[in-house]
Amino acid sequence: MTFDDILSIPPYSLEKEEKEKLLTERLNELTELHRKNCTEYRNMLEGTGFGADPVKSYKDLPFLPVRLFKEMELRSVPQEEIVKTMTSSGTTGQAVSKIYLDRTTSSNQQKAMVKIVSDFTSSGRMPMMIIDCPSVVKNRAMFSARGAGILGFSIFGSKKIYALDDDMKLDTEGISAFLHEHAGERILIFGFTFMIWQHFFKELLRLRNEGVTFDLSRGTMFHGGGWKKLASEAVSREEFHKRAEEACGLRDIHDYYGMVEQTGCIYMECECGNLHASNFSDVIVRRPIDFSEAGIGETGVIQVVSTIPESYPGHSLLTEDEGVILGIDDCPCGRKGKYFRINGRLKNAEIRGCSDTYAAKFQ
Amino acid sequence: MSNREKYDQAFIETFEITKDQLAGLKYQDITAWDSVGHMSLIAALEDAFDIMMDTDDIIDLSSYEKGMELLAKPEYNVEF
Repeated sequence: MTFDDILSIPPYSLEKEEKEKLLTERLNELTELHRKNCTEYRNMLEGTGFGADPVKSYKDLPFLPVRLFKEMELRSVPQEEIVKTMTSSGTTGQAVSKIYLDRTTSSNQQKAMVKIVSDFTSSGRMPMMIIDCPSVVKNRAMFSARGAGILGFSIFGSKKIYALDDDMKLDTEGISAFLHEHAGERILIFGFTFMIWQHFFKELLRLRNEGVTFDLSRGTMFHGGGWKKLASEAVSREEFHKRAEEACGLRDIHDYYGMVEQTGCIYMECECGNLHASNFSDVIVRRPIDFSEAGIGETGVIQVVSTIPESYPGHSLLTEDEGVILGIDDCPCGRKGKYFRINGRLKNAEIRGCSDTYAAKFQ
Repeated sequence: MSNREKYDQAFIETFEITKDQLAGLKYQDITAWDSVGHMSLIAALEDAFDIMMDTDDIIDLSSYEKGMELLAKPEYNVEF
């Protein structure tokens, strides 16, 4: 099975059994591809005694801890075929993941993303407002997760404006002119959750008190990057939505869950507030005690699988996030597949224990 | 300026290359034509021909020649 076969199917159309069959076939193939082409990955499989026979279910495939990409350079194609290296967001001095992309994987990431996002925009491309500063995509050799997110969504933007300047100050004049030019049109708004809250909503609310208002009631917002900082400020999803409407009349808001290690197959929040797995990927919640699969409604550690990665062995990863599957195939929004919620990051001490000891076995 | 000249100009100005580099040029062949450069190229082509390209076509535009084939489609109707 090729990735193009998966692309030809509407992204949220497969029911549980069909999807499991598709994932098992494709992920078995990817496991063999990486076993063949990535020495480190092959050594890890041998270290765990994972044989060459295909597994009956993709749930039985081994998973690598995401932080392994911070410690090792893992790729399954020769260096000269790498066209882009993406890095995770990290503070200065912190190790970042390095993800190596060849043409095929890079292009399939974009294709998957277009299929997923199109399911939520229903129209073609729109004027786009990016809640970030223009310098984020300047360094083209090394792509940060932030730059990759902006660029991935940019394909949906007809005309684009960065709402913040390089000092992260709101460009009110630019935004006014942009909204005037596109009056009556639907607007796509993209950004990262904390930046939207801190530099956009808060500022718009302050301006509103001064009598300056912006109308984004025709906007559709996609935001990602996690809630950790906002949770520490006790800002809930409800509060975020309430403030959005107060600040600029914005009501159509979709959070998404995704990570640089599996760019492309993001998990989008539907109209009912649930995150959805598309045909391109899946989440498996595992019990931290023995990594067995948790039941629906049971909290555990999130494993993600993706049908995209061919140039690096990242098709099955154990994240450091905690979440819960809410249901399969029966979300009121009508999309098939698993829907779930992310509770947040695992407590450092817990994951450090199991992921590091897990990784240390292979060195 | 003919459509072919406008088309060439979009590549030449976006990627800061010369005319003799155009034939056979493919996405990722030169550092300037990376994913950022790609979106700049699309913007330049859309401005030059006053069109709005479909997302699938933006992804499909993987070479200099392929772009002409795509723009010749009825929805854009650019004749070369």
